[in-house]
This record gives sequence, structure tokens and C-alpha cells, in this order.
Amino acid sequence: MIHLIYLLVFGFLLTTCIGLAASWIDRKVTARIQYRVGPPLLQPLLDIVKLLGKETVLPSGVSRVTFLAAPMIGLASVMVVSTVLWVNSLYPSQGFVGDWIVALYLLAIPSLSVILGGFASRNPLAGLGASREMKLVLAYELPFVLAALVPVIEADCSIRLGDILNFQRANGATATSPAGALALLVAIVCMQAKLALVPFDIPEAETEILCGPLVEYGGPPLAIYRLMKDMLLFILPFFLIILFLGGVRCDGVHLFWGVLKYVGLLALITVGRNTNPRLRIDQALKFFWGPVTFISIGAVLLAAWGH
Amino acid sequence: MDIRLKALLKSLWVYHLSTGSCNNCDIEVLDCLTPRYDIERFGMLPAGSIKHADLLLITGSCNRQSVARMKRLYEQVPRPCFVVAIGECALSRGMFIHSYNCPQPLDRIIPVDVYIPGCPPKPEAIIAGMVKLLEKVKNK
Repeated sequence: MIHLIYLLVFGFLLTTCIGLAASWIDRKVTARIQYRVGPPLLQPLLDIVKLLGKETVLPSGVSRVTFLAAPMIGLASVMVVSTVLWVNSLYPSQGFVGDWIVALYLLAIPSLSVILGGFASRNPLAGLGASREMKLVLAYELPFVLAALVPVIEADCSIRLGDILNFQRANGATATSPAGALALLVAIVCMQAKLALVPFDIPEAETEILCGPLVEYGGPPLAIYRLMKDMLLFILPFFLIILFLGGVRCDGVHLFWGVLKYVGLLALITVGRNTNPRLRIDQALKFFWGPVTFISIGAVLLAAWGH
Repeated sequence: MDIRLKALLKSLWVYHLSTGSCNNCDIEVLDCLTPRYDIERFGMLPAGSIKHADLLLITGSCNRQSVARMKRLYEQVPRPCFVVAIGECALSRGMFIHSYNCPQPLDRIIPVDVYIPGCPPKPEAIIAGMVKLLEKVKNK
């Protein structure tokens, strides 16, 4: 019963609220950077309510179940991973062995659900977008896992997020060591690709292949995809804060520091997406399998040597 | 008013279709997105895919080639949706009224909610037309 409450309150409600607010901040800052006024505060919520109230159009000949289940799978995995992360940062002793691996796996599923939906929608543009997304997943997943390995090695090879947090509380954040700083850098780049934002918005390239995998989605399924992306905009920086920046604590002034860490990462994402052009998929692949992977391997080696 | 309609009016996503216009109206439509006019203030966003759209902006004189495509697009918009005709050509075919290639004006082909005249209409006129659309739907 308590787990169900955790899932609904932390996994869904809290993450949705913060995610929608983050999405608004992202859009507003983007607008201000472009000298525009930008949307009102409730805009992301209104978009989702509107999409939920619209008709669902099924393209002819699609597999109904796959087409409609794909967004649900993505949303469900985001809800579960946010529950794991919240419970770990509120009660570090309540985690289980291996929740680091579970979180990494669940964070890969939203991309898979986008791929599934894209291929299920029988549209050449959606298929193209989905295949690009697949290549992008192959590209960033290796350096991301390597970077996430650094805090594990520093916390005496424990794959419990709670242990990683406790270690950082005792010895300072992972990012203060050279290995941790390098790994954080790699993780930030991979996070941008995981969120499919510029310069890695190759799968969704609006000016090129419209919205990529989401081209055939409209109404409630699109609302679920957007909600999933808004929640990811909170969950991925949150995961990085837990791994590298000492987590978020909810007592007194520590909460303020936690908010500051999150806003800092969000600002990096927004500024990154507003000041860069889009890469081609081959450039992105070379970038991730070349320099980024080397840096992350270097970070892992440094951490193994004890720096 | 129903909450769904309220949300719809505050977050209209626009799909922009040219049925054989000279491109001037299209440029004026794009001007609405620029810092000077910024229609994202009202929650309006350009949509790349017709499946995401709530508002079909149609410019141009509806020539024989594009009418079939326009009908197919109109059928694909998820309901509820609105149609806005922009520019003299979309309203009455303008100077192409006697052309062999433009047999019918737009509103004989699909129902139109708001007409925005001009050749081309200024961005201010387009935004004023949008406000009229919102008021019309609210009062209905």
C-alpha cells in the first residue's frame, strides 16, 4: 500500500508538477533568449489538457495495441524510475541492491517507447525518425553508463543509490574529484541527447522530418508523450544530481541547495539547446563513440586509481 | 464553458497550408512568430504535423492540384478544429477569380470559421482575426 502511495505521490504527482514547471521555464527562457515574451505559466498544463480532450486519430492499417501502448510504456517507466529516485533521496536506507541498474534500464525505456511508436505508425517520416532515435540510443548509452559507473566505483563499488548518496554526504559530492567532474561533463552531454534536445534533436528534427516518430500521434497519445518528455526533463537532471552532486535533501537550507543544483542543470540544458545548431546523425555517432567515450573511459580509470 | 474548450482556446496549434498562394500571405503568417508579434504569448505554436494541429490556416486560391490535398488534410485534423482563410485569394480567389485553374472559393469546399482579408494581411490583422475566432467560439 505504501508503495502505491509512493508511486502515485512521488512518481506521478510531484514529478509531473515539477516537470511541467521545468518545461515552462525552458520555453520562457527560450523565448527571452529570442527577445520574445513567451507563454504564460500554465501553458504546458493547458497543452496537455487540450490534447487529452481531442480526438485520437488512428492511421489506417496500424497495429492498434502497439500504437496506443507505446506512449503508456514510456510514461509507466518514467513513473517507476522517478519513484525509485525520490524514495532513495528521501530515505536513503530504503533502496534495494541494484537500484542503480534498475534506474539506468528504466531511463532507456522512454527512448525505446518513442522508437516503438514511430515504427508502429506506418509513416516514412516516423520510421526515419525512429531509426535515427535508435542510432542515437546506441551512440549515447555507452558513455552514459560509463559515466554513471564513476560514482559507483568511488562509493566502494556499491550499486545501491542509497550507498552512493551516503558516501557523498560523508566525503563530499562526486563531482569534486577529477574523475567525478569528467564524468559529470560526459553525463550532461548524454542527458541532452537522452532528452532529444538541440544539438541532438536529430530524431525529431522539426524542420526536416516534422516531428519524427511522433508525426502520426495526435490527441491523448501525444499528450502522454509530452507528459513523458516533461517528466524526463526533471528526472534526468535529478538522476545526475543524485549520482554526482550529492542529491537533494529536504531539510531546511539543504532543500534550497537541491533546487539550486536542479535549476543550474536546467539552465545548462536550455542554454545548450538555444545556442547550438543540429548535428547530423553520423556526426553525433562519431562524437559519442569518439571523444565522449574516451573521456568517460578516462574518468572510470581515474576513479579506479582512486582520484 | 467546458474545460476542454477552455484549454483548446488557450493552446491553439497552427498548421499552415498554402493552396497555391504567391507566398506573401505565408511570409506574413511566419511574421506572427517573430519577436515583434510573438503569438506564443497566447499559447499558439506552429505544428509540423497535421495530427498535432487545432487550427488550419489556409492561404492561396485553391487551385485544382491542391484542392484534393486540402480535403485530405482537413479530414485528418483531430476534432475539434477550426479553419481560418487568410488573404484575398483564399477569401474570393482575388485576381484569379476568372482563372480556369481556380474553380471554387475556399468556403464552398470546406467550412471556414474566420476570414482575414488583405493582400497580404498584416500580422496585426492576422492576430486580430485570431482574437475574433476566440470570441466567436467562446460565445457559441
